[in-house]
Amino acid sequence: MLIYLVQVFLVENFTPYSALFGGALIGLSVTLLLLFNGRMAGISGIMKGLFNAPENERVWRFTFLCGLIIGAFIFQSISPDFIVPRQGYPLWLVALGGFFVGIGTRLGNGCTSGHGICGIANLSKRSIFATLTFMGFGMLTVYIIRHLL
Amino acid sequence: MSKTFIALLSGIIFGIGLSLSQMVNPDKVINFLDIFGQWDPSLAFVMIGALFVTFISFRLVLKRPEPILEESFHLSKRKDIDRGLLTGAAIFGIGWGISGFCPGPAIAGLGMGNIEAAVMVVSIYAGFFFQKWLSKSSS
Repeated sequence: MLIYLVQVFLVENFTPYSALFGGALIGLSVTLLLLFNGRMAGISGIMKGLFNAPENERVWRFTFLCGLIIGAFIFQSISPDFIVPRQGYPLWLVALGGFFVGIGTRLGNGCTSGHGICGIANLSKRSIFATLTFMGFGMLTVYIIRHLL
Repeated sequence: MSKTFIALLSGIIFGIGLSLSQMVNPDKVINFLDIFGQWDPSLAFVMIGALFVTFISFRLVLKRPEPILEESFHLSKRKDIDRGLLTGAAIFGIGWGISGFCPGPAIAGLGMGNIEAAVMVVSIYAGFFFQKWLSKSSS
């Protein structure tokens, strides 16, 4: 067990502190949206509603998604070398993955943010089951692609 | 302060959080999901950080009778674990494992000029429409 833990912490590019702090910022963000607007910040739901929510419910969705883009842009401008873009990964695989993400998040009513953070914080049984399921299938998929194919 | 402004501010903080934590880095995501290989557990700390904040804050916020700028909280009241939930989550997990992107980082990645993020956003919407068409034609 101890040896296993030591091995884990020797992994190259292990970044627990930036991950922890970034996660706390995400927690702060979803708290703001709940406290002021009474909304759970589930990104896939917000994306969907951008086109099919009632007219007066679209503006805040639009500005939230713009905020996501602006936030990443600001971060990238301040530290341009922090995130190294992936090179040479086939775009058709990205498109296929995106298509599944679209279908799955609609059918399952949420993604990493809505189920994984907001739902679990709210101790929703649905969200706990959903999160375990998408984590499990994500791991299984990566196992098949990286180690079996 | 309007709801529009709060949404913008909340989005900006979310976008910075996704960047700093490297959720926007698909290599990092796939290394996190690769528990049978050279597992990089970093992204588990994103969830720990976020849940540490929200476990406390949601309890405080939901003690209020209503949110500050809206008449009531919009919360899901569903409790049933139905087949759609689990099938959907499984399909999402497969797509997440293939691409390395979930919806938030796909949008945020647009702000970094990431071509993969743009492909993701378009194909996520294609998936939305396909699922809608599928559920309409089956009912």
